Amino acid sequence: MESVGSIIMYFIIALAMIVFSILAVTSRKILRSATYLLFTLFAGAGVYFMLDYEFLGAVQIAVYAGGIVVLFVFAILLTSKPGDNTDKLTSKSKCMGLVAAIATLIVSGYALLTRANLFGQLPEMSNPDMHTIGSHLIGTTEASGDYLLPFEAVSVLLLACIIGGIVVARKR
Amino acid sequence: MEITAIYYLIPSLIMFCAGVYGFITRKNMIAMLISLELMLNAVDINFVVFNRYLFPGALEGMFFTLFAIAIAAAETAVAIAIIVNIFRSAKNVDVHSLDKMKF
Repeated sequence: MESVGSIIMYFIIALAMIVFSILAVTSRKILRSATYLLFTLFAGAGVYFMLDYEFLGAVQIAVYAGGIVVLFVFAILLTSKPGDNTDKLTSKSKCMGLVAAIATLIVSGYALLTRANLFGQLPEMSNPDMHTIGSHLIGTTEASGDYLLPFEAVSVLLLACIIGGIVVARKR
Repeated sequence: MEITAIYYLIPSLIMFCAGVYGFITRKNMIAMLISLELMLNAVDINFVVFNRYLFPGALEGMFFTLFAIAIAAAETAVAIAIIVNIFRSAKNVDVHSLDKMKF
């Protein structure tokens, strides 16, 4: 049995996630939809905090909300005027999108709801502290975690991305 | 009231479907990228929820989400560089008017 506070918090987060994600894809002003994306990402960070993964929530806020959304806002302001509306959707593309989205929703929702009793209540878990996460990220043995190879691969990917970004976007 | 895993999976499923809808209907490239971020974030939440509820001692889902966030950041940076470059040569970012390379 959860406390009343965490249930209220859950409802705020779930409602924010649903409402803002739908607004982000239906708003006709592109800058607004980037703002709604920001709120959706905050709700995602709230989920991570509620599930005791505090490091992950901090990463979500720092990288997604702090980095990616700012990048989006820069790109939007560079490529369109702030007050512009996008064109009204044609009914054909709207229809196709709705069919795809609702089909996904029905199939996955049915699969989830029929197996809802597979999940028990929230098991006890101690919050993974920074020492555990750090030793997992640079460990090479099974016992201390073995994520050194993906860690290095991501660092090489980030380097390639920096170089690629400069090469693609520079003035010729 | 017990908050079980299904209470987190349903909002993230709706978020994913919103992403699918946006990716199909939007014509602006940046709006399509925003829908893509919605879908990625929904999948990240699923990884974390399954890890927390089914394997609370393990950290696999958390690290997968961590790497997914890093890769999403890299992918977005490169995609926005490409979009800015397209805007420089075609003067808009509408996918329906970008047909110079078609024949």
